[in-house]
Amino acid sequence: MQAYLDNAATTPVLPEVADLMRDIMVNNYGNPSSLHRLGLEAEKLLDRARERLAAVLGCTPPEVIFTSGGTEANALAIRGAAWARHAEGRHLITTRIEHPSVLQTCRMLEQEGWEVTYLDVDATGTVNLAQLERALRPTTVLVTIHYVNNEVGTVQPISTIAGILGTGRRRPWLHVDAVQALGKLPVAVAELGADLISLSAHKVHGPKGTGALYARRGIRLRPLLAGGEQEFGLRAGTENVAGIAGFGLAAELAERSRPAAAEHMRRLKAEMSTRLMAEVPGCRVNGPPPDQGAPHILNLRLPGIRGETMVHYLEERGVYVSTTSACASRRHPVSHVLLALGLSEEEAACSIRISLSRLNTMEEVAYAIGQIRQGAAELGRFGGR
Amino acid sequence: MNDGPVDRLFLIHYGEIGLKGENREFFERKLQAGLQRALAPWKGVSVERRHGRLYILNAPDPDAALRRLQRVFGVVAVSPAVRVPLDLEAIQEAATRLLEEARADAPAVPLTFKVKARRTNKAFHPDSMELGRVLGAHLLRTVPDLRVDVHDPAVTLEVEIRENAYLYYRSVPGPGGLPLGASGKALLLLSGGIDSPVAGWMAMRRGLEIECVHFYTPPFTGPRSVEKVEDLCRQLATWGGRIRLHLARFSDVQKAIWEESPEDLRVILMRRFMMRVASEIARQQGAAALVTGENLGQVASQTVESLTVIEAAASLIVLRPLLTWDKAEIIRKAREIETYDISIRPYEDCCTLFVPRHPRTRPELAEVEQAEAKLPVQALVRGCLEQTESTVLKPPEWT
Repeated sequence: MQAYLDNAATTPVLPEVADLMRDIMVNNYGNPSSLHRLGLEAEKLLDRARERLAAVLGCTPPEVIFTSGGTEANALAIRGAAWARHAEGRHLITTRIEHPSVLQTCRMLEQEGWEVTYLDVDATGTVNLAQLERALRPTTVLVTIHYVNNEVGTVQPISTIAGILGTGRRRPWLHVDAVQALGKLPVAVAELGADLISLSAHKVHGPKGTGALYARRGIRLRPLLAGGEQEFGLRAGTENVAGIAGFGLAAELAERSRPAAAEHMRRLKAEMSTRLMAEVPGCRVNGPPPDQGAPHILNLRLPGIRGETMVHYLEERGVYVSTTSACASRRHPVSHVLLALGLSEEEAACSIRISLSRLNTMEEVAYAIGQIRQGAAELGRFGGR
Repeated sequence: MNDGPVDRLFLIHYGEIGLKGENREFFERKLQAGLQRALAPWKGVSVERRHGRLYILNAPDPDAALRRLQRVFGVVAVSPAVRVPLDLEAIQEAATRLLEEARADAPAVPLTFKVKARRTNKAFHPDSMELGRVLGAHLLRTVPDLRVDVHDPAVTLEVEIRENAYLYYRSVPGPGGLPLGASGKALLLLSGGIDSPVAGWMAMRRGLEIECVHFYTPPFTGPRSVEKVEDLCRQLATWGGRIRLHLARFSDVQKAIWEESPEDLRVILMRRFMMRVASEIARQQGAAALVTGENLGQVASQTVESLTVIEAAASLIVLRPLLTWDKAEIIRKAREIETYDISIRPYEDCCTLFVPRHPRTRPELAEVEQAEAKLPVQALVRGCLEQTESTVLKPPEWT
């Protein structure tokens, strides 16, 4: 038995997505910028993918900019907005529990002279709205807050935040990293009220190396890459046609299956949290209560067992989970998110993240529960190691 | 490579072997084998041994071959040379050709040079002195912008008169030491750290063929720490050809120690079990010694007292090439042999886990043995040996 429960790190590519991509790579290899027929065919594939993303987001196709992934979408949104509006002010607001691609981009801007306010979160990971209101200044040009936290699954009240920012012409733009929300929660622009939204393909059974940034019409960003007119001049470089087409299909499938999929994942998550808390002594949920929060992320604390040890124990038995976000877990032993939630270093070190996709089954979850329970019993003796 | 009557070849200089008296033949054969291993990927290349000299012939890619030869233990230096028949005219032509090459490499004008001739074949005339003069004069005539400087020349053209004439002006250093295998075989306890690969390299340089044992402790360590050790073996293998790695699953021993033993003795007990398992693997593989990266006083388990107690569990001699080195020296060597960047990858090995807060620095054998009395020592060692797998690692493709 194998159970891949690390879907917040990445997901397997759907066969139909891979088939489409292979076909494009082999048969539609034209450069969309080329004048001839092959170029036109490739361009049409991009258009089709853009329409699919626009349908998911409820926006117009020209508001969708394809990028190399969520990290680049975040960088383009934050750096692009900061530089575009630097004459109006140099203040940004974000939270302490953003993805490193957001936090590190903010740190870089600080080194370049911007000021950044990092909002606190409560024990569930929810952002402090009163603090946000206090932090707003006339010079605030961007507020960047993720929709779903990648480590604990907290869902932020994005539309409320949009309301706080108001509708004035000089209000700060709202950027939302919705990478972990796609396919699990509605990401429609009208619902979120965001000006900029980041998405990634490989979290929804699409390919790695492809993402998108929604940028509301009228928003002018400064590009990160120069040297071509691709993506409305915002992202120079020959388009990853196959990847983008695969993303289009994967996003459409994720959105179409979303209501049922979210319900399914929520059931699996409830089974997991209920049984583990009942059957594993001392097991606690980090972040929001399991019935709140995103349907696919469950962060658990297993006292006395280091996260990595449990990860390795489980991998030997075919169960794949992670400690913190995959990008950070090797360098920084302790999660900045869990610390911001108020956990001690010891508690943070003894936590694992289980993340589901719509492809997981109840059998897999039951198997994983059994293995985690057994692991907790075997490893609990070795005091925090 | 074959310019008509002129053969291009590499001349291998080896120092210490020459001193070994009646063992010379044995050492030369080992060195020859080492050279052949290093050049094995190329077809047609040959290692020739004649009159107490080693020559490499027909290397299709001389630059790549040179890089490999520089990693053969026992080689003091390698000279790209030409071989011509014992004929003055042929020798002169070869000399001109080599100096023209040197000329192209060194833009200085004029280029200073001298000729250093040696004649072991006394049947040839003129003698060394005269040959040097004749060649010098010939070169001044045929190669532009040369000047003789016998005291501090930029280029020294070496001419050796043997059964043929050998000429070269360039020597690149090898690692020195003794040919691999000349001192027998040893088993290296390889952790993922900086020290043990260096210790292994030093042992290899003294002629010890190395096999490695690595103790890993899933689930306390993950697959990346094993991958790291495999990469270290691949890197060490660039100095010898291939390396057998024994991966010993140590988790059961570790758990037993954890559960039954006083915290401050855990590291010592762990190391003693490693010595027992390693001694047994060594015996099975025909290795006569253990090699460790232990270093006096670096960490608490490496005091003289600790080393004594640890060594008491080994049934073979324990060699510690780095015993008296400074950390900075070890790091410098690790960088030089290109194991450093692999060693500093951040995955924990089983020595950095399970480390007690206050390990004992002056343990006594009696109390350690008392602690071990609570453990089923033989069964644990046997269990660990049963959970040991071995694999052979080859060097990554050399560039």
